[in-house]
Amino acid sequence: MTVSILHRVTGSGMATVGTLVMVWWLAAISGGAESYATFHHVFGEFAGGALGYLFGIGLTLSFFQHMATGIRHFVMDTGAGYELKRNKSGALATMVFSVAATAVVWVYLLGVK
Amino acid sequence: MAYGTELGRVRGLGSAKEGAHHWWQQRLTAGANLFLMLWFFLAILRLPAYDYDTVHTWLSSSWAAIPMMLLIVSVFYHFRLGLQVVIEDYAHAESRVLAMVALNFFTVVTAGIAIFAILKVAFTATTGVPHA
Repeated sequence: MTVSILHRVTGSGMATVGTLVMVWWLAAISGGAESYATFHHVFGEFAGGALGYLFGIGLTLSFFQHMATGIRHFVMDTGAGYELKRNKSGALATMVFSVAATAVVWVYLLGVK
Repeated sequence: MAYGTELGRVRGLGSAKEGAHHWWQQRLTAGANLFLMLWFFLAILRLPAYDYDTVHTWLSSSWAAIPMMLLIVSVFYHFRLGLQVVIEDYAHAESRVLAMVALNFFTVVTAGIAIFAILKVAFTATTGVPHA
């Protein structure tokens, strides 16, 4: 139930917010150094890069959650994993995975790099 | 309560003549998205920096521009199918039609901008070799 809602919320979020950020990023790169500077300022410098962290971490978490529940959907499409216990542990696993994967990406970006 | 022939039901051809198509396309693009998005994450994480020159040089390479374009097509088609389901669940009558039209416009316009941007970067990149 919870992860089903999460799948829909993260999908809708990425489809709207994620699309706009992605399109702006690509358009900014093609627009030249000045237009890229605007994008870079909004997400990288404005308010200490707060928007970059908010959208960056939010979209990363949304992606990994949607990916995990999506793979779970593939498994359930085959007719497997409907037993109560296994269904619940699978649902929990998607959330554990998404938080862990997001942490790995952002620790690498901010710490290791 | 069997409408249509057995064969027609097996093929999933109801009065709408489709239905399984949406379901199947969503799974196909989901599979493609899995690979394309994981490539995207790795590519972005492997960039040495995120300044204009680095990012522009990266996107001007065919190795980035082609998968990036495929990603836009697959991901945008996937979210168009997904948001359609959301709209069908929550919007009814006229507002459903309006929302569907808006969704189609949103998808096509954003995809158009994204693909044009990628192509422009890829096609205007200088190779570093002066013209003879």
